[in-house]
Amino acid sequence: MAQHQVNYASSAGLPIALTSVDKLVNWGRSNSLWPLTYGLACCAIEMMASGASRYDFDRMGTIFRASPRQADVMILAGTLSKKHAEFARRLYDQMTEPKWVISMGSCANTGGMFNTYATVQGVDRIIPVDIYLPGCAPRPETLQYALMMLQTKIRRESADMKKNTKQDLTVQTGRRARLI
Amino acid sequence: MQVTNKLTPFFENLNFDRDDNTMVINFGPQHPSAHGQLRLVLELDGEQVVKAYPDIGYLHRGIEKMAENMTYNEFLPTTDRLDYMAATSNNYAYALAVEKLLDIEAPRRAQVIRTMLLELNRILGHLFFIATHALDVGAMSVFLYAFREREFALDLMEDYCGARLTHSAVRIGGVPLDLPDNWLENVASFCDKVDYEIDHTYNPLLQENRIWKMRLEDVGIISAEDALSWGCSGIMLRGSGINYDIRKEEPYELYSELDFDIPVSDRCDSYGRYRLYIEEMKQSTRIIRQLVPMYAETSPELMAHAPQYISAPKEEIMTQNYSLMQHFVLVTQGMRPPKGEVYVPTESSKGELGFYIKSEGEPYAYRLKCRAPSFFHTGLLQEILVGTYIADVVTIIGSTNIVFGEVDR
Repeated sequence: MAQHQVNYASSAGLPIALTSVDKLVNWGRSNSLWPLTYGLACCAIEMMASGASRYDFDRMGTIFRASPRQADVMILAGTLSKKHAEFARRLYDQMTEPKWVISMGSCANTGGMFNTYATVQGVDRIIPVDIYLPGCAPRPETLQYALMMLQTKIRRESADMKKNTKQDLTVQTGRRARLI
Repeated sequence: MQVTNKLTPFFENLNFDRDDNTMVINFGPQHPSAHGQLRLVLELDGEQVVKAYPDIGYLHRGIEKMAENMTYNEFLPTTDRLDYMAATSNNYAYALAVEKLLDIEAPRRAQVIRTMLLELNRILGHLFFIATHALDVGAMSVFLYAFREREFALDLMEDYCGARLTHSAVRIGGVPLDLPDNWLENVASFCDKVDYEIDHTYNPLLQENRIWKMRLEDVGIISAEDALSWGCSGIMLRGSGINYDIRKEEPYELYSELDFDIPVSDRCDSYGRYRLYIEEMKQSTRIIRQLVPMYAETSPELMAHAPQYISAPKEEIMTQNYSLMQHFVLVTQGMRPPKGEVYVPTESSKGELGFYIKSEGEPYAYRLKCRAPSFFHTGLLQEILVGTYIADVVTIIGSTNIVFGEVDR
């Protein structure tokens, strides 16, 4: 057994009595991450390949769901155009807490090679992103690693989502993220 | 009733409360069966579709505009992102158009490699169609099997060019690399595997499957007149009984020397088109098998010799001063094709994919237009969806095999 030295005075998170609950909840959350099938462009093909036979995401408890109401994590796979941005925000708002976002591929991260009038230059202008995943298009292994990173992140977080800091879009753009 | 005009088109002010007995539903753009970002606005009478409006533009990235500000070689990787199921077919269509503009021809070995890659990409695209179409209709296991084979094809592409999805495996004037060791043996065994799996996995799973036939037969009927007047190409056209394949009509690359058949179906429905996809995969493996012995007979040049447009081989650049100068100008400024315009059609896995390029003699294209097959097939939806049941809408969209990278561009 590993011997942990816990410094109760400096450890953040919920009160001591709830620490084990924290861990239990996070164990459950991190091992059944259900992503939304949100394929936008080329990266969606790699996202599908990750769910298919060779890479087999199901073994990580990751089962793609078609409805935002059933999803925990939004994998934004592909180019987000300005016309679509409104829908991305609406889908994010429709997801139930707790929710996380993986921005997959260069287009979703920064606009990538499409520095044009039609493309949102990074989805983090619309929704808060937890994991950025570089590549054009990223391999399924990369997505797998990103999900493992997200699991690590969730296990570190407090089970009380209010205590976790998210990228705050309200400061920059007012109450609702402005789209253009 | 709803009044629409140019400023407030139908999509912007959807009137869900109707005076008549119809119901309006919104499909997409984030529907798992929308094949990307198709948005359909459907007017329903009971379960029957009365009107269907495809709304596109959710993946518009301004690719054609980008081409006007990029040199010809710079733009080539961008074409990967058009039809991303089979990226090399886009690279090839673009490279062929520029080659025709420059009036050069790729060397024989490059042609063999290109044709092999094109057919490999056709298999990639068709396997993807089988996978997603079956998934849309409800057969999950076919998706898993088809992606298994697709991964082997992707391994071959990765061996050749290093990328899985966005290959950029073709260059203007040839191909960048020779085939790696054992690639020919691997591609031959892959062809055997595809043929074996078609006979032992896909056909037993789907061909006589009662549910599959009930979902596909007589669904999404496209008459030959409709197919012609809506500008269909590829399997959408051949599924309606019209024998038209650009590989036969206007042969490019090595297709005039190869022996292959064009499967045609006069069923006009989704089932007929699904059969064509399976048959075309068999024809593709047949073509690749013929190309394998042709490779050994070729000399090792990979790029066309046209020093004013295409850099000389590396040895020449390193040893000859003038080649180095030309290479420097080509890299820093880009090639300057002669003035003129050109349109070259090719047969991609979706249909007729062609590039129109107008050149003013500058390193940048004055205008580049991509004639993508999926765009026309999306337009056809408003014709063929009318009168069908809401449950068949997904089948019909799947059967058109549209991809939004090339619809919206």
